[in-house]
Amino acid sequence: VDSATGIDVSLPVAGAGARSYAFVIDWHIRLMLALAWYLTAALLHNGRLALTPPLTNEPRWFGAVVAPALALYFLYHPVLEVLLRGSTPGKRIAGVCVVTRDGGAPGIGALLVRNVFRLIDSLPLFYGLGLTLVVLTRENVRCGDMAAGTLLVYAHPAAEFALTTQQAASRVGQLDASGAELVAELLQRWPTLTAQARAALARQLLSRYGASAADLRGFDDGALRARLERLTRPQSVPT
Amino acid sequence: LSTSTRQHALSAALLQRAPLWQQAEARTQRLARGRTEDTADAVRLADDYRLLAHDLARARVLMPRSRTREYLESVYARAHATLNHGAWHLGSTLRRLFRADIPAAVVWLRPYLLWTTVIFVLAALGGYALVRRFPELIALFASPDLIASVEHGKLWTEGLLNVVPSSVLSVQILANNIVVSLFAYCAGFLFGLGTLYILGLNGLMLGAVFAFVHEHGLGADLFSFMVAHGCVELSVMCLSGAAGAAVGEALVRPGELGRIGSFRGAALRSGQVLIACAVLLVGAGFIEGYVSPDTRFPLFARIAIGVSYWLFMLALLSGRLWGRRPGAAVALNAPQTA
Repeated sequence: VDSATGIDVSLPVAGAGARSYAFVIDWHIRLMLALAWYLTAALLHNGRLALTPPLTNEPRWFGAVVAPALALYFLYHPVLEVLLRGSTPGKRIAGVCVVTRDGGAPGIGALLVRNVFRLIDSLPLFYGLGLTLVVLTRENVRCGDMAAGTLLVYAHPAAEFALTTQQAASRVGQLDASGAELVAELLQRWPTLTAQARAALARQLLSRYGASAADLRGFDDGALRARLERLTRPQSVPT
Repeated sequence: LSTSTRQHALSAALLQRAPLWQQAEARTQRLARGRTEDTADAVRLADDYRLLAHDLARARVLMPRSRTREYLESVYARAHATLNHGAWHLGSTLRRLFRADIPAAVVWLRPYLLWTTVIFVLAALGGYALVRRFPELIALFASPDLIASVEHGKLWTEGLLNVVPSSVLSVQILANNIVVSLFAYCAGFLFGLGTLYILGLNGLMLGAVFAFVHEHGLGADLFSFMVAHGCVELSVMCLSGAAGAAVGEALVRPGELGRIGSFRGAALRSGQVLIACAVLLVGAGFIEGYVSPDTRFPLFARIAIGVSYWLFMLALLSGRLWGRRPGAAVALNAPQTA
């Protein structure tokens, strides 16, 4: 996207995989919501452990059990995308969101058009046309996105990067900037990695900055972490 | 200085600015969510934008495959969007949509609306003439149950409320009408031919059924059934067809924007009208479920309801329902030539 500063804005477009992942999560959520409503309302309506609909067309059954469940299922995408400005729970989990072609939040009209065209994209079965278009088009867009002028892009988890960047900034003493970033990120993710994985990564990084395999022999988890932290400590400059 | 030392020093200096980026990010988020009305904050965002652009350009050169660059890309994109689009408020967006955008789109659709109405009316007249001349052709347009009912001198709508309650009937009808309306719009994607097909088919069916019931002396009854909800329902059908036709024409005759650009422009403008169509069809569905099959409503009451709802539709589509002055929609309707 062109900008007034001359520095283009880059939007990392999500492909068919991220799209499908987000859709599958959303589909499960809306199916669960609709089923949960149907089951709860049916049990309450019948007043006993039975889900069978009444034999006659009862307005109360239709209005309280069937219609809300259908509304939850069919209005899930348009309503949530409007309320969450181009996002849904599935899209958030998949790390993507809908934006206009210049990176802004889409308007109600664009989000509605995008959702109306699901009727076309879902043809002939299982979003066949939509997926084919996503794979074939340069910007990975389906028919609804073409019509609405929207893109599905990766939403950068900026807060996560912020911490890494901040830590890297404080550690760029004896390491170069990319090394400081790597070490900061490894230390940040240390508790979430398995012991083997973090040990392998730590040895790799330490060997990049001068430690030989012999030096690191016998180092356990804690020792490796301490060595990494020592590596990132700013060097005192001799005066 | 060697190149690597220089690069190391420059990267380190760049990373020292991280707190400034985080301040810019926080300010961007505040302004994008409309959580601040502080003018000074908004002015500072313009400075942040320049700062981020400058640092991003340096990060792209010094640290092209780094988290820092990714982070800066993200914050810069957000600042760009916030500066160019401003905050997003659901209430004001909806108000603008109904007050300005939909009326402007309707004015833009006028020529298409004229043509789709002509096609619909011609198809209805065609269907009427066809079944008047060849009554057996009604089997192409109507179900066996409907035919049997009319042949026994009864409209299929009689006693409808004994079978299906009004609430159920309303929701079924409005859901069906909204789906047909959306399909009439989406079918414009097939170079407008799908829209013409749906409009033509619905017109043919309407004309054919009217000819058939007229033949059996039930024309007045069908008119009485339809008049309360039909005025708006058929108008909305033509309107969504017009929106679909506009999309189709954008694909057939794309102009300078190219086919996709033209399609996008037409779909975005005409698609807004569908929101009004859906709202109107909900009302029409309830009238069709509660008023039309109820024999306690006399003809004049049905006509009054039909005409009133049709006038309401005009007020909604012209924006006058929201206090828009007459003629203001035309000024907003400058054609997109970009």
